[in-house]
Amino acid sequence: MELFSKKNKETFLSPLWLNNPVAVQVLGICSALAVTSKLEPALVMGLSVTIIVAFANVVISLLRNTIPNRIRIIVQLVVVAALVTIVSQVLKAFAYDVSVQLSVYVGLIITNCILMGRLEAFAMTNKPWDSFLDGLGSGLGYALILVIVGFFRELLGSGTLLNFQIIPECLYDCGYMNNGLMVLPPMALIIVACVIWFQRAKNPDLQEKSN
Amino acid sequence: MKALRNFLDKVKPSFEEGGKLHAFRSVFDGFETFLFVPNTVAKRGSHIHDCIDSKRAMSMVVIALIPALLFGMYNVGFQHYLVHGEEASFLATFFYGFLAVLPKIVVSYVVGLGIEFVAAQWKGEEIQEGFLVSGMLIPLIVPVECPLWILAVATAFAVIFAKEVFGGTGYNIFNVALITRAFLFFAYPSKMSGESVWISQDPICGLGSTNALVDGFTGATPLGQATATTQLTDAIGSGMSPMDMILGFYPGSIGETSVIAIGIGAIILLWTGIASWKIMFSVFAGGICTALLFNAIGANEVMNLPWYEHIFLGGFCFGAVFMATDPVTAPRTECGKYIYGFMIGFIAIVVRCLNPGYPEGMMLAILLMNVFAALIDYCFVQHNIKKRLNRVAINK
Repeated sequence: MELFSKKNKETFLSPLWLNNPVAVQVLGICSALAVTSKLEPALVMGLSVTIIVAFANVVISLLRNTIPNRIRIIVQLVVVAALVTIVSQVLKAFAYDVSVQLSVYVGLIITNCILMGRLEAFAMTNKPWDSFLDGLGSGLGYALILVIVGFFRELLGSGTLLNFQIIPECLYDCGYMNNGLMVLPPMALIIVACVIWFQRAKNPDLQEKSN
Repeated sequence: MKALRNFLDKVKPSFEEGGKLHAFRSVFDGFETFLFVPNTVAKRGSHIHDCIDSKRAMSMVVIALIPALLFGMYNVGFQHYLVHGEEASFLATFFYGFLAVLPKIVVSYVVGLGIEFVAAQWKGEEIQEGFLVSGMLIPLIVPVECPLWILAVATAFAVIFAKEVFGGTGYNIFNVALITRAFLFFAYPSKMSGESVWISQDPICGLGSTNALVDGFTGATPLGQATATTQLTDAIGSGMSPMDMILGFYPGSIGETSVIAIGIGAIILLWTGIASWKIMFSVFAGGICTALLFNAIGANEVMNLPWYEHIFLGGFCFGAVFMATDPVTAPRTECGKYIYGFMIGFIAIVVRCLNPGYPEGMMLAILLMNVFAALIDYCFVQHNIKKRLNRVAINK
């Protein structure tokens, strides 16, 4: 059993694009809409979820043979809650501004469907290393969509990226204006839809069969 | 006409299978069927058809929009000379407005039809004619000072996301022109509301007045003023009678101000049977009932607006005649049309009265009811099915 066998690579890579948690499984949409009006919170949120889902997967995978089946959801929740609290405290200590922007959404990672989905579907039946890769892949797949959405919303909605002015001042003098709709939540939905549109167009296998 | 037909027949072969210009067949098809009624008819079976096809219906709507368009052009020029305190001849006034409005029509058609042509070529389908009307509606429902690039972005957004992704003409859930306006309203609020966008103040191509603005100038629309006062005024601060509101010489979106011009359009639409009188009637009924209801409550300035001012001002008439009756987004069932129309009138006045930030309740009301149109239809169809089933059971 080598560390980077073909199967493990597959486990890690497939959630990044072809089995993306947001674009294909349509999980974790609410936070994808809520925290992406700027790129920075989107990045931090994506990283937080990646760390939590990867390590929760490892812990649950280690415990998988000792968890009584009837209370497994409670055990999973306890593990996730502990990790979420750690991440939340770290953010408050070292990146206070971002944690204020993210507000309740860090705490709400505990209800993120991606986490419960990976724990139930993968970590409960697989070895720790495989589970770690799976969690890392899922988290990064989620972060990828968040960053794409955050990138376009901040660029077109505020003219900045990571709070640096990107669109030059002379364009504004010529009459260019920031698009106010980009800062409002509906536009996140439309950008996610565009990502899904692009993805389905590139990979016809993913298209839902019409009746 | 004959020369045109001959020309079309001459160039036709190069667009057919194997011809040089085969790639542009849909463009050719689109123009040919726009100019002439197509000859292709049903080959077998009996079909009862109206002699009017959807391109003819669309052309009628565009014709019905022309009075509002011409008046809108004149009004743009009129407001311009009014706020500069200058007398101008009829022709100069109209021509100024013409120059101000024409670029918007061009941008709207070029962007919208461009996207439709590309989409049709891409999918290998015929060009759909739906944008003929939307392209004329869009310039009429924006303020005259709306920048052209913003209009182009909004038109592109609406055509792609409100129409093409749903499958093109006839499949759209929302009215495309209203989506354009909603996009503008939320994305660029400073260009869609306030006091500086409704009147074109600068000379265009050397035409127009360079005098200083007159005293008492206010650029706000009467409905915009209504949140603060019941003494509505026109652009230079003199009071308005209901007759002024019907004539429409006050600041507002280009085509929405004159009740008379819109009325002429409404008569054309009703006479040709393209728009449903049920929807038009019930929109007005809903608006009037709701306005009277709020008059009785009277908790803020807008609620105290008399019912006829609610109807005459803002986009109410324009929306009721040209937007709510859009056959694609309205319900098909006859009873459903009454409910649909009544709810549009109701919601429009509710939004105006309860949220002073959105004087244009009509836009939001029609878009909201567009969503419910299919549901209303479903309920009435199911109800009918049930009723008929019961009849069968009794007869047995």
